[in-house]
Order: sequence, then structure tokens, then C-alpha cells
Amino acid sequence: MAEVDGDRRYRDAVRETRIAVTDGTLIPDRDEKAIFSAWRISFFGAIALLVILPVFSPRPYLDIIRFIPDGVFRTLQVTVLSIMLALVIGLIAGLGRISRVTVINRIATIYVEVIRGIPLLVQLFYIYYALGALVQLPRLTSAVIAMSVCYGAYMGEIFRAGILSIPKGQMEAALALGMSRSQALRKVILPQTLRVILPPVGNEFIALLKDSSLVSVIAVSDLLRRGREYAATTFRYFETFTVIALVYLILTLFFSRLVAYMEDRMARRGK
Amino acid sequence: MESRVKIEYASKNFGSVVALKNASLSVQPGEVVLIIGPSGSGKSTLLRCVNRLEHLSSGEIWVNGRRITDPHGDIRGIREEVGMVFQNFHLFPHLDAISNITLAPRTVKKVPKDEAEERGRALLKRVGLSDKEFSYPDQLSGGQQQRVAIARALAMDPQIMLFDEPTSALDPEMIKEVLDVMLDLARDGMTMLVVSHEMGFARAAADTVVFMDQGEIIEKGSPAGIFDSPREERTRKFLKHIL
Ligand SMILES: Nc1ncnc2c1ncn2[C@@H]1O[C@H](COP(=O)(O)OP(=O)(O)OP(=O)(O)O)[C@@H](O)[C@H]1O
Ligand SMILES: [Mg+2]
Repeated sequence: MAEVDGDRRYRDAVRETRIAVTDGTLIPDRDEKAIFSAWRISFFGAIALLVILPVFSPRPYLDIIRFIPDGVFRTLQVTVLSIMLALVIGLIAGLGRISRVTVINRIATIYVEVIRGIPLLVQLFYIYYALGALVQLPRLTSAVIAMSVCYGAYMGEIFRAGILSIPKGQMEAALALGMSRSQALRKVILPQTLRVILPPVGNEFIALLKDSSLVSVIAVSDLLRRGREYAATTFRYFETFTVIALVYLILTLFFSRLVAYMEDRMARRGK
Repeated sequence: MESRVKIEYASKNFGSVVALKNASLSVQPGEVVLIIGPSGSGKSTLLRCVNRLEHLSSGEIWVNGRRITDPHGDIRGIREEVGMVFQNFHLFPHLDAISNITLAPRTVKKVPKDEAEERGRALLKRVGLSDKEFSYPDQLSGGQQQRVAIARALAMDPQIMLFDEPTSALDPEMIKEVLDVMLDLARDGMTMLVVSHEMGFARAAADTVVFMDQGEIIEKGSPAGIFDSPREERTRKFLKHIL
């Protein structure tokens, strides 16, 4: 009962096209002045700090900043690859969750339930070590698989809610024109779904960006790991993690702004 | 001549609700059939069974001699021959008018883009919307949306058109523009099943009027026959309501 109720609320929320699925940062919006100005202060404040600190004390700040760029690159690489694979998995899981074929529906639902019940860090270890015992996978590949299998479950729920939020008449109109169910899905339902799910997917992207710091535990040299490597040799923990935190903050704030911008464009197109 | 649509003893239940009960009706090529009746009498259900948006519980329906109630039949092939227009238009909101019209021919019949668009423009002209080719549904009035929806259905070259209360979601001043398009179609010899309570359209275009109540076809006849001298008490009562 609670499940059904929750689903409905979720659907309503998606229909309002603004929903925080996980703990993504607030996505700024022109209409929400308070959040927007908070966004500006944090974003430019963080950039200013990152410029000022090395100027006033180049040791260790400049060294740290010189040390981490490939970590930033790796973090973005893991995030972008994972979100793309998670979207594919999510689409399949979402379609499975609304499938009328019992077996498919059951498999998709089990996948979602199981994944959502296991902490990401445990999944990461599991895929890296357990799968690693069977097949030899590069660390980056393991990381991307683990992240996207996990996020695919959440994406699946977003796709499902998005598809269900499209009025029934759309499918009927397409069928009445002689289209097959899968043609209708591809040409009529999914294009509309993408618009609806953009905000929650944007949130997932930002949450994933932050969660990607977990991959440092399986020796992927991401931003956090590069920081730890630097701190371990210099013992400059405070300064190192200040920079690391600022860089994460700048990244997430930048992407949240980008998502808001894309949303804006989407809302305007066809109006 | 073979019936375009033949419905025999059609029944449909939704759980314990009887939406359609032993309805039989046969529609000849070029015939315009108007279906009237109180809310919940099964008018929409009857139409929706003709292109199998709903499955009959029992009975048979043939379209152009093909039995659509055959579970192994080619329902998509039949749906290409049967256009449908909905009360709330159901245009595709992410596509402009011309793409709404060309989507099905291009997807289903693989008509080349240019050809489909040329045909689409001709259809837009026919429904009086030549200047709205690139408008999105939310930029169109209700009457304009419904005319695009009619053009969209016509783009598949159907031989039969189903209209389910095509004007009841419209403001009064827009009803005429839609009815004019429908009248034009009727004059052109299109076979039409129309659920509507527009008396003007009924008198001008309908060959047959069917009165339904509680899932049953109570009586059918010529517009004059039904409207001016109904045989059944229930028909009389209902007509007093709407006239
Ligand atoms: N999908 C459905 N599930 C359950 N009951 C349904 C469904 N569709 C229709 N019904 C019921 O079937 C009966 C006939 O409905 P139908 O929509 O065909 O009537 P109608 O004559 O078109 O009415 P209206 O003039 O209000 O559109 C009604 O009692 C309705 O509640
Ligand atoms: Mg109805």
C-alpha cells in the first residue's frame, strides 16, 4: 500500500517536473532568486578561494592544484561514462518495470529492489573484487560498471515514472494511426518522457558526480584519490582536502547550473 | 455491397460494468452514422472496439470484411484503414503540426519525407490551416488542434473515420470550423461513425442515427425518423433532454 502510494506521489512529483530524487544539490532557477544568489555566492566564492589561496601561500596550495588535474579528469570521465551507461540500463529497467510480460516485469523489479537495498560502496567492492575473481577487468571499467548498475536502478524508476506520466491518450492516438507499440514508444512516448525526466536525471548526474569519489577506494585515481596521494606524502591534510572540497563544489555547482539552463531551453522550445 | 463495418452482438464488460450489450450495427460505404445517447451508454466503447482500442468480451466485428476480433488478425493493417479523432485531440505535443501529420505515414508506411510533407501540406490546406504548418499544438486553439488531428488521421488514407465527441471539448465559436471539415468529409463520401450531439451536423450529414442507452442500441433510423418520430420511450425522453 505504502509502495503504491509512494509511487503515485512520485509520479505527481515528476509531472510537476521538479523533483529531488537523491541528495543532489539544489538546481538554481531564474525564478528562485534566493537559491540563485546563493548559487552565485558559493560558486564564485569557491573560485575566488581557489585563486587567492595559491597566490598568498603557493606552498602547498599551488602544488596541490598542480597535482590534481588528472584526478579531475578521471572523476569527470567516471561520471560521464557512468551516467551514459546508467541511462541505458535505466531505460531498459524502466521499460521492464512497466512491461506486461510478468517475467520481465519481475526481473526488472527485483533488480531495482536489490540494488537500492545495497550501499553503493558495498556494490563497488562487490563488482571489483567478486567479479574480479572471475574476469579480469580494468579498475576504471569496474568502477563505471558498479556506478552505472547502481544508478541504473534509480534511473529505471525515473524512466518508469516519466513514461507513466504521459497521458494514456498519446499511446492510443499512436496505435489508432496504425503504429506498433514499440514505434509509438520510440516516436511518441519517449521523446515526451525525456523532457519530463530531465530535471531528475540532472539531479542524478550531480549525485553521481559526488558519489564517484567512492571509486577512489578501488584505486581509481580520481580527484579524491589524487588528494589522498598528495596528502599521504606531504602530510598537508587540511590544505589538501580544502582544495579537494572546493573543486568538488565548483564542479557540482557548475553542472547544476548547466542542468537548469538545459531545462530552461527545453521548456522554451516549442512554446 | 460489402459493409465497411459490421458489428454483431458485440458485448463488453469492464469488471461488473456492462458497457456494451449485444450491439449490432452495419455501416455501408459512404454512410455517415451518428451515435447518440446519455453519458455512460457505451458510445465511446462501441467506437473504440471498432479499431480494437478495446477488446470485445463477446461478439464479432468486421472491418472491410476482415474479422478484427480474430486475435491473430492483422490489427495494425486494419487500424491503417480506420482513422480516429478524439474528444481531447491527443495531438503529439512535441511535434509541430506537419510532423504530427507525417509521423504515421513515415513510420508505418515508410513514405519518404518529402512526399509525406507534400501530402501533409495538402491536408492542412484542406482543413484550412495552411499557415500553421510549423505551429506546435500548444500554439493552436482547440478548434485548430482538432482540425490538425483530423488531418493527421486522414494522412493514413483511411476508408473509415471514427469521431468520438470531436467538438465537445471546444468553445462554441470553434465548433463550426470543425463541423465544416467533417461535413466536407461526409460529402466526399467518407464512411463515418460519429458520436456527437450536434443536431445541425446530424440533420445535414447523417444518413443514420443510432440511439444507445445502457450499452444497448435501442433504435436506429434516419435523422428525421429518430428526431421527429422516435419509436421508443427512452429515445423520446433523451431527445427531450438535449433538444
Ligand atoms: N476503461 C474502463 N474501465 C472501466 N469502466 C469503463 C471503462 N471505459 C468505460 N467504462 C464504463 O463503461 C460504460 C460505458 O462507457 P462509455 O465511455 O462507452 O460511455 P459513453 O457513452 O461514451 O459516455 P460519455 O458520453 O460520458 O462519453 C460506463 O459505465 C463507463 O463507466
Ligand atoms: Mg464517451
